[in-house]
Amino acid sequence: MREIAFREALNEALVEEMERDEDVFLMGEEVAEYHGAYKVSKGMIDQFGPRRVIDTPITEAGFAAIGIGAALAGLKPVVEMMTFNFAILALDQIVNTAAKARYMSNGQFSVPLVVRGAGGAGGALAAQHSQSLEAQYAHVPGLKVMMPATPKDAKGMLKTAIRDPDPVIFIESEVLYGFKGEVPEEEYLVEMGKADKKREGDDCTVISWSRALHFAMQGAEKVAEEDGVEVDVIDLRTVRPFDRDMIRESVKRTNRAVVVEEGWPFASVGASISEWISRELFDWLDAPVERVHQRDIPMPYAFNLEAASLPDADGIADAIRRACYL
Amino acid sequence: MAEVMEMLALSPTMEEGVLAEWLKNEGDAVDEGEVLAEVETDKATMEMESFYSGTVLKLLADAGSTVNVGDPLVIIGDEGEDISELLDELAGGAPAEEAKEEAKPEAEEQPEEADEAEAPQPAEGPEDGRRIKASPLARRMAEDKEIELSRVEGSGPGGRIIKRDIEAAEKAPPAERRAPAPTAELTGVDVSFVPGEAERLSQMRKTIARRLVQVWQTTPHFYLTREIDMAPIMKHRADINAQLADSGAELKLSVNDMIVKAAAVALSRYPDLNVAFTDEGLYRFDEINVGVAVAIDQGLITPTIKNADQKSLGAISREIRELAGRAHEGQLTPEEYSAHTFSISNLGMYGIDEFMAVINPPDAAILACGAVKEVPVVEDGELTVGTRMKVSLACDHRAVDGAVGAEWLAEFVALLENPMMLLV
Repeated sequence: MREIAFREALNEALVEEMERDEDVFLMGEEVAEYHGAYKVSKGMIDQFGPRRVIDTPITEAGFAAIGIGAALAGLKPVVEMMTFNFAILALDQIVNTAAKARYMSNGQFSVPLVVRGAGGAGGALAAQHSQSLEAQYAHVPGLKVMMPATPKDAKGMLKTAIRDPDPVIFIESEVLYGFKGEVPEEEYLVEMGKADKKREGDDCTVISWSRALHFAMQGAEKVAEEDGVEVDVIDLRTVRPFDRDMIRESVKRTNRAVVVEEGWPFASVGASISEWISRELFDWLDAPVERVHQRDIPMPYAFNLEAASLPDADGIADAIRRACYL
Repeated sequence: MAEVMEMLALSPTMEEGVLAEWLKNEGDAVDEGEVLAEVETDKATMEMESFYSGTVLKLLADAGSTVNVGDPLVIIGDEGEDISELLDELAGGAPAEEAKEEAKPEAEEQPEEADEAEAPQPAEGPEDGRRIKASPLARRMAEDKEIELSRVEGSGPGGRIIKRDIEAAEKAPPAERRAPAPTAELTGVDVSFVPGEAERLSQMRKTIARRLVQVWQTTPHFYLTREIDMAPIMKHRADINAQLADSGAELKLSVNDMIVKAAAVALSRYPDLNVAFTDEGLYRFDEINVGVAVAIDQGLITPTIKNADQKSLGAISREIRELAGRAHEGQLTPEEYSAHTFSISNLGMYGIDEFMAVINPPDAAILACGAVKEVPVVEDGELTVGTRMKVSLACDHRAVDGAVGAEWLAEFVALLENPMMLLV
């Protein structure tokens, strides 16, 4: 199978959906003339023109609101946030308007909006530009949150997000844009709310998503080599709603779970997943649910300190060992 | 901070318990899980383990006293800690309730645990009343497989019972699910290769085991064996018993009665053997009290003939019979089986030729008697048939030397071979 980069996979998803459906359009800072800050929209202005690939001013709240309005009016906007650090400015629109419209209009309105962009640490971007903020959105009823970890999933998931009738927050790890992987040429979709088993084993269940999944895979590799421990690695892909069935099946078999996330530990997606496992699968657990996450501090600027702050293979391997009483 | 431990409900129906024995004294260090005391419940005598590690600061109940469940029993804390306030509270101050509250939930856990196990078995629950730590999975597995959690050794952090422990318990033969597989920790004995049933030790068996190990490890034994011509005394015994029978008396003398009498008389002549080796020095007993080992269902006990040197053969015989009878019924008072100064163990009735006995503290010696048998003997250069018994005297070499034992034994032999002397 051909291998393409994560950003190219996203580009294909956008192009295919815009070709398929005239109501789909892209809007955001530098998406048109500059082809996107991360080159996700490369070539799109040439193919679709400035009516459907629109450069906006640096006003996140403003263009998020335009996107919501367009969605309410029947279009299917994809609003690109240069990074989700800046999307904080648009939180009022996303949380108070996009997430509430269907409920408060008693189902008369829907907001088929995708807000997508880069998230997480990117390598010495410092405290304000290195944040994993998925919990802010996953917290809110009315929002769906998707976070792909591979090019193949990125393409299939973005197409699903665009076709979804409700607002979807689509967060792409900044360091994964250049990450290459196999992507089918034929069309496919990745179902909303379906996780993917990225590695199989009976000794422990490791749950992760987005960039942290790659750390989890390294940790799994490490315990397989060093301890002969084989773990299930579940890529959640959609963090809200998350795939309870796959976690249930796996944890009932392994009796232990490790949740790995790139972001902070308190009130996080990982905390919620852990809580759900501890409660729903209580009688199946042989050990407390272990968690691995970024240190509970603003991200340091220095490369070495950034690495020290993020989860890594060693820390994940240790967590797996603790869960397995090794 | 000092902690108060209370009398625990050691069986589901227990409302009060008799503090049988403190195994720790004030000032002793104690670890969590170590046995603090033996408590007689309505069901059995149980060991009560400490919830805390530290120093025993104050024992709040005397051995032998009856204590209600929930009443304070002992204070454990740091050495030298001031517990006067705590004592005041316990004496009646309201804050004492707080201390009670703290330990109570743990004690109350017990019936709950018992519910989870297969069937409520009073004396076999988590005896110490402590919470059993088990992973949720382990709990569910134990319930499904009808394995009693209190019987499973936890290998997880803090002794948590986890999946692998239940799996191990499941693989064990059914008998071992009911009782923990004996660990090799204390005894060095590993029985895991052979299926079998673990049986709980009776209080008596525990005591025997503990005391004998202690004696064996601390007491240097030496043994002196002699063969005794029993023909004269067997003849006398037959004469006496015939006459007793003629007179209609119920009394019938046994060889053992005569051995007891002879031993006591010999002790009166060689009092150096009627001693105990103690921490403070050699203890010379004022009385000559002979303990007679009696095998009973639960183990072994030594009912004691006090002042046997001063009693007639008939009195000794009657007393032995009476004490042995009560021993079988478990009716002896501690003094009746503890006040011995010398002991006799007789396996003659089992046809044993000779054997070596283990000293029965506080005694300095024990006499082991074999069977009276007809054997070929040489008399005046001629081979003939003789009646003989072999005895072996075990002595505590710390208290007595070989010569003392040998002299006592010579006197004992002389008395049995010249039984008329027993009457003097």
